[in-house]
Amino acid sequence: MTTTAPTLLEVKNLGVRLHTHAGVADAVRGVSFTLQRGETLGLVGESGCGKSLTAMALMGLLPESATTSGSLRFQGEEMIGQSDAHWCRLRGDRIGMVFQEPMTALNPVHPIGRQVAEPLRLHRGLSAAAARQEAVALLDRVGIPDAARRFDAWPHQFSGGQRQRITIAMALACGPDLLIADEPTTALDVTVAGQILELIRELVRERGMGLLLISHDLGVIAQNVQRMLVMYGGMVVENGPTRAVFTHPGHPYTQGLLASRPQLGLPTRQADGTRHRLAAIPGSVPELHRLPAGCPFTERCSGALPACAGTLPAVTALAPGHLARCLRLEVSA
Amino acid sequence: MTAALPRTSRPATLAQRAARHPSFVIGAVLTLLLAGAALLSLVWTPWSPYEMNLAAKLQGPSAAHWLGTDPFGRDVASLLLVGARNSILVGVIAVGIGLGLGTALGLLASARRGWVEEFIMRMADFTFAFPAILSAIMLTAVFGAGIVNSIIAIGIFNIPTFARVTRASANAIGARDFILAARACGKGPWRITLEHVLPNILPVLIVQATIQFAVAILAEAALSYLGLGTQPPQPSWGRMLSEAQTLLFQTPMLAVYPGVAIALAVLGLNLLGDGLRDLLDPRLTRKR
Repeated sequence: MTTTAPTLLEVKNLGVRLHTHAGVADAVRGVSFTLQRGETLGLVGESGCGKSLTAMALMGLLPESATTSGSLRFQGEEMIGQSDAHWCRLRGDRIGMVFQEPMTALNPVHPIGRQVAEPLRLHRGLSAAAARQEAVALLDRVGIPDAARRFDAWPHQFSGGQRQRITIAMALACGPDLLIADEPTTALDVTVAGQILELIRELVRERGMGLLLISHDLGVIAQNVQRMLVMYGGMVVENGPTRAVFTHPGHPYTQGLLASRPQLGLPTRQADGTRHRLAAIPGSVPELHRLPAGCPFTERCSGALPACAGTLPAVTALAPGHLARCLRLEVSA
Repeated sequence: MTAALPRTSRPATLAQRAARHPSFVIGAVLTLLLAGAALLSLVWTPWSPYEMNLAAKLQGPSAAHWLGTDPFGRDVASLLLVGARNSILVGVIAVGIGLGLGTALGLLASARRGWVEEFIMRMADFTFAFPAILSAIMLTAVFGAGIVNSIIAIGIFNIPTFARVTRASANAIGARDFILAARACGKGPWRITLEHVLPNILPVLIVQATIQFAVAILAEAALSYLGLGTQPPQPSWGRMLSEAQTLLFQTPMLAVYPGVAIALAVLGLNLLGDGLRDLLDPRLTRKR
């Protein structure tokens, strides 16, 4: 064994270009980050900012009309440009993924146990009996009561929360090094969502996996990851330790996101008697095939400078390990 | 209240819903009659369907000949029973050819996409552009009349129908989340096609198969009527019709029996297909 294991995931300048009917869209641009085993990383942003596309690029599951650029190293191996067969050996074995919709992520015509056992047979070459035994243990671990008996039950006989537990068991079957969870709790109600996140946290700690948690929910991100990336218009606008980003947001978009959270205990009326309104970021997300040349947030930014629309800001370090992409930070630095 | 609760909360089983579905029940009964007649003809017929008795030609219904005799003195009831066997044979083989090759092509098109899909679908459109019976007449005219060639011709006509239905359903299934989840587990495109897509489109294929079965029976009857299908002395409903044509004004019942048999068989299979479509619809069987 070498003394230092290669970095689990090293993404450099990742770009995803979509070829759509409306034209070419650079849906993901210049995304860079690293993730080690045992680390948890959050990816936050609103719909259409490129979160899920980034996740799909990390799984090699982008549609055929998409092209990727940059570098994506998984355990030291460059994955951009690899064949689908090569990706197939990695997916479900070294990288596991949990999806947003537990109600549709299981095949309705196969019993659940078989779906959990399938990756074990595929990647580990286990016999049906051995895979069954292993799958029962997994189902038991993720909290399916009476797992041995319910092995042959159908997906429609389970609730949403239970189904998400089953898809987690599927993703973890082969003991992956990296778990990607794309909005794993968005479709679940709050109490169940809490239990599922708790389960993911436990499993990540227990197995020392790397976790990439994608969510549009700042609360979910705040409680579950050590570091976070904020995405806007296909770019990472801020990258830093979760606590630092929440306490000292550097990018105006992050500041706007944090300000627009509803908070308990706010007075309903302000001092002048008007109703207290929830802060919102004016405007809407730019269309991906019509992104400005400069910072994508320019149009909605209250502090935009004339230069913002024309030049893409460089990455500025606010503190060690806390980076943001904003021209005003460059100027002041 | 408490007694009614478990009954209403549990969805009705497939068998219970099937029994309550009128067109499924009628279709199933007619189809079973057709299959029963064919099976019966294998072990027993009132008379031999090949035995001619010119002394007893063109008789009306009697205790000896339940439905009378034809111009050659053959027993019409026996001919009908053996004709059912002939129709089923044609239906099973022709639908088998179409289902096997058509489904394979449709799945290939859906799995590979791109130019493969484009090529297969344009070929299907090309074949589909000719009326079925016309291409069947063309094929039997080129390769010779007879039961084997007409079955092959009807089977070939079935291929694009199944290819189109398969590809359309497979593409719809391919966009579902569980296919993405299966890919995320590291499954290759062929495993996904066979293990995840095919089982999910099976209900659609079963329904299509019953309807194509009816079409095949009708096509065989038409080809035999034109003299291109089943050859004498093998009995066929279509040939019985064409032989009865010359005597339509003397003994109209000779044309009515095979006509009614064809109509009931086709009606039964169509109702069965309709019923199956309702019963196998996943939106009705499973709460989402």
